Amino acid sequence: MIQIKNLTKKFGDFTAVDNISLRVNKGEIFAFLGPNGAGKTTTIKMLTTLLRPTSGELFLNGHNVAENKDETRKSFGIVFQDPSLDNELTAYENMQFHAILYGLKKSVYQKRIIDLLKLVELEDRKNSFVKHFSGGMKRRLEIARGLLHLPKVLFLDEPTLGLDPQTRNHIWAHIKKLNKEEKVTIFFTTHHMEEVERIAQRVAIIDHGKILIIGTIAEIIKKANAKSLEDAFISLTGSTIREESGNVSKAMMRIHSKLAR
Amino acid sequence: MRAVYILWLRQLKRFIRKRATIVGALGQPIIFLLAIGFGLSPVFARAGGGDYIQFLAPGIIVMTVLFTSVFTGIEIIWDKQFGFLKETLVAPVPRFHILLGKILGGSTVAMIQGTLVFLITLVAGFRPQSLVSLPLAFLFLFLVALLSSAMGAAISARLDDMQGFPLIFNFLVQPLFFLSGAIFPLKDLPVVLSFITKINPYSYAVDGLRFAFSGDNFFPPLLSIGILGAAVFVILLIGAYQFSKIQL
Repeated sequence: MIQIKNLTKKFGDFTAVDNISLRVNKGEIFAFLGPNGAGKTTTIKMLTTLLRPTSGELFLNGHNVAENKDETRKSFGIVFQDPSLDNELTAYENMQFHAILYGLKKSVYQKRIIDLLKLVELEDRKNSFVKHFSGGMKRRLEIARGLLHLPKVLFLDEPTLGLDPQTRNHIWAHIKKLNKEEKVTIFFTTHHMEEVERIAQRVAIIDHGKILIIGTIAEIIKKANAKSLEDAFISLTGSTIREESGNVSKAMMRIHSKLAR
Repeated sequence: MRAVYILWLRQLKRFIRKRATIVGALGQPIIFLLAIGFGLSPVFARAGGGDYIQFLAPGIIVMTVLFTSVFTGIEIIWDKQFGFLKETLVAPVPRFHILLGKILGGSTVAMIQGTLVFLITLVAGFRPQSLVSLPLAFLFLFLVALLSSAMGAAISARLDDMQGFPLIFNFLVQPLFFLSGAIFPLKDLPVVLSFITKINPYSYAVDGLRFAFSGDNFFPPLLSIGILGAAVFVILLIGAYQFSKIQL
């Protein structure tokens, strides 16, 4: 469903994403993990046509992302890391705006908006202005909006950032349900390892723009010789707190020595 | 084209819902009318210029449309900061349609605001010679609105925050207004000023509007329409180019 081939993104001298390749299968729930500044969001931005890659190829739902932008755009939905709603519009109007941008007919979107708002339990607030919503409500609305045009892939960039455990549980339950019922492929990032353990089928860990490891959770824990995914994550990416740039080769050496053991 | 419509509608909804902004934006033209209009009116009359309010009103209306359009165009910076632009840019819509929706939305809002100020000038004593050429007046105002919205959009495509805004306002938008012959006649100006006013497209807008309202003109009205149309075209091209370069 998603195929990344030798993808690189440079900002001047800084290499944010360094020659990564990976594949996400249809219907999969795929977690894309890494410390802050590892290159997760940059990769998602390239997959969603917001940034041009420096080199490499991207395919989404069979479409070449660089050459066939509009078909690519119809194929995915996205919940961005930062909020992206219009606060001056109501929940329904935000959904309607999206529906029309994606070329849905009125007869189709009217029903679908209500169905999706019911799904994320916001139907009773459909005529409220988004500026009066809490963080969790906004997130749920964004997820509903991302699904409105029946995408094949849903990108979720830290969808549970800053939410309380109740809301987080709620949101992941919805996402799991969507994956099951609508067969949407899920590609998500998060810093909560327990969320990954609960929901993801496969995981990639990226650091300093390079993919350190790809596999199922059990495989990763085994290869890193760790007790849990969180342990594996820390032992692979190091325990230092990150700034935006770092020494990639050192991390690679560390990872190789870990994997060789 | 439905994308253009929904972007236009969004702009209009946001405008109508912010009543405080609408009223607030009327403050400046009213002050101009009061302070400059009535303040300079005796001097203007003594110098043989006639009724200053008659002269100034078209300039004030152009000012309103110019400022409102640029502000609405600049709103794209807010859309960037609040993330909403991302939502628009990942949609399967050509960037040019997004730009067009923004510009038409901003222009409509500015035209409404301009019409409100036109009504205020009527209260202040402005008397158009006839209402026959009202459509011509609206054509000039619409060209001003398109030009200014496109300018605002082209600028904001390049900016990531509002820090550059005072620079743009003081060194671009205000000069475009003050050096357009909105507050002084274009006749017998010093050479430098005369040159500047002739390369400023807003001079043609103010002059054209004055012609539509009172029949007086400095430039041939057809030339004014042509120059404004050409300016809109050029700025639209620049805006489209800048928009195609946005990466988030």
